[in-house]
Amino acid sequence: MAVGVAILGSGNIGTDLMYKVLRNPHLELRMLAGIDPASEGLARARSLGVPTSTAGIDAVLDDPDIQIVFDATSAHAHLKHAPLLKQAGKVAIDLTPASVGPPVVPAIPREHDAWPDNISLATCGAQATVPIVYAIRRVAEVEYAEIVATIASKSAGPGTRQNIDEFTVATARALERVGGAARGKAIIILNPAEPPILMTNTIYALVPEVDPAALERSVQAMVAEIQRYVPGYRLKVPPLVGEAPDGRGRLVTVMLEVEGAGDFLPRYAGNLDIMTAAAVRVAEQVAAARQAPAA
Amino acid sequence: MQAGMQAGTQVGTQAVLRTAPQPAAQASSQERAQAAGGDGARKPRVTLVDVSLRDGSHAVRHQFTSDQVARVAAALDRARVPVFEVSHGDGLGGSSLQYGFSREPDTRWLRAAVENAPNAQVSVLLLPGIGTRRELKEAVELGAKVARIATHCTEADIAPQHIALAREMGMTVCGFLMMSHMISPAELARQARIMEDAGAHVVYVVDSAGALLVEEARARVQALRDALECEVGFHGHNNLGLAVANTVAALEAGATWLDGSLCGLGAGAGNTQLEVLAAVLDRMGIDTGVDVYGVMDAAEEVVKPMLPRPIVIDRDALVIGYAGVYSSFLLHARRAAERFGVEVRDILLELGRRRTVGGQEDQIIQVAYEIAQRGGARSSA
Repeated sequence: MAVGVAILGSGNIGTDLMYKVLRNPHLELRMLAGIDPASEGLARARSLGVPTSTAGIDAVLDDPDIQIVFDATSAHAHLKHAPLLKQAGKVAIDLTPASVGPPVVPAIPREHDAWPDNISLATCGAQATVPIVYAIRRVAEVEYAEIVATIASKSAGPGTRQNIDEFTVATARALERVGGAARGKAIIILNPAEPPILMTNTIYALVPEVDPAALERSVQAMVAEIQRYVPGYRLKVPPLVGEAPDGRGRLVTVMLEVEGAGDFLPRYAGNLDIMTAAAVRVAEQVAAARQAPAA
Repeated sequence: MQAGMQAGTQVGTQAVLRTAPQPAAQASSQERAQAAGGDGARKPRVTLVDVSLRDGSHAVRHQFTSDQVARVAAALDRARVPVFEVSHGDGLGGSSLQYGFSREPDTRWLRAAVENAPNAQVSVLLLPGIGTRRELKEAVELGAKVARIATHCTEADIAPQHIALAREMGMTVCGFLMMSHMISPAELARQARIMEDAGAHVVYVVDSAGALLVEEARARVQALRDALECEVGFHGHNNLGLAVANTVAALEAGATWLDGSLCGLGAGAGNTQLEVLAAVLDRMGIDTGVDVYGVMDAAEEVVKPMLPRPIVIDRDALVIGYAGVYSSFLLHARRAAERFGVEVRDILLELGRRRTVGGQEDQIIQVAYEIAQRGGARSSA
């Protein structure tokens, strides 16, 4: 049986999320809630038969059949939403940078960890790169991981632009806490080329030693796992193993690109698509856990 | 011979007049005097900024020692250079696998610079997306007085947080619009306004690729001069052999902050050679306050012995200027060419074709890898 979900925020992210949820057999979209009656997202929802509200979070809190709520508003708004959703017994999947809950990347197995009631999706840069660090970590000790996320200027909204330090710091932390690197560093670059470039990501990792064949298998397996929910996630340069700059240990380099599904957001905005795709993937996992008999 | 013995040419006077208006939202007159690096009474018309210890960091693969920093800083201070910059080539926090690890942390370089320069102001570079406000705060605690906040020329709106913090901390703040050759003068001026509105005292036209022709440099500075109330700066590279000429054109168009480095030490074919610029400005009768013999000596006796290779316009550096590619790609492209058995020039031209921007050093690896996959052809360019 499908689990009832709602989306807060009727902007570009909320609208793209709506298309992905509508396609998902495990989730039932019960509400798209915004605050602007003139929003294009709300109009699209109405035309697709999705119930809408311009009362923001209130309409969502009133519906007991909504179990999971995607928050695609802003960090500021999510800080207000988080306690209300918790009180109402709903699981929040937060796409904003509010970081109320621990950072989550759905490609990384959670083993026996229970889902928290507030799930903070790690940044788009982390969604694209942390799984690769984790895949390297499966076959080698990662002393240091560094990622470079390059995105099209057009795909970087004012939220990203005004909070660029928060983005690099949060991504670096996710490389450590979720990816398993001892130390992490993240760099973000905006490229204004026309036509817009696809999101490209480079992952560097310093490891004491690594078996190249095992590394290749681990990375390829992780890419396949991500492709289950982000079909446009592609390896551009398979794991290269070279000498570390200080001559001690090995430097692993992996490059990939992310093309969006083009549900509502343009295809070049892989950085946004990987967020909405990850949100839906997490919702599926939470729904499955809720429906499984208690252990 | 001292600089500025024939002060007050037409050019210098114009430059001052154009920067005279001071609306309330902008810097106070005191701040402006500070920004110009002078005490107000004998305010130099042009502020020369040395970047040997920052852009020069690229040329030595970020391997400066604190001792080298101390010696260059002392020599610059003795030569009365008002401002000089010390940071990893890619700014604070630039030490990385992507750009090269620094031999020593920025903080140690800064300490060595501040301790050895009682008069000059020490500047730091910060590229939002690479460094953060945390590193900027550290730099201020160590005595940095000038902050240059750099973005790609179309992305000024990632800088306001950093510009505002630097202002709050009492620094002189420069906005630094990199790869300025990639957009028109009018578009550049619009981006410059974002930086001025955020609080920058100076906004720079930065020719990161050394790709601007003289008229193009002049037109960009002119566009900023017409659009802004604050001062305008110019930062050149010599890949097409035009760094000094472009800097002079920038001055004539109203730029009052001019960058250079001793022996030209910098990325690509290097920067505008500071001792040459100082001599040229002196001949033009422009007051910079800099001791021309002093900078000549600093270049010859202090920096020249440190050079890992001569700073010249060789084939690869020329291709960088010709293709309009970020100058610091040079050494990275050479390494990638060697690693993948392809030609440096093919990599650089492809990077230009893909319209890569500053900081995309990882693309060098990808392009070299792809050329090698296609058969590694060492074609003629």
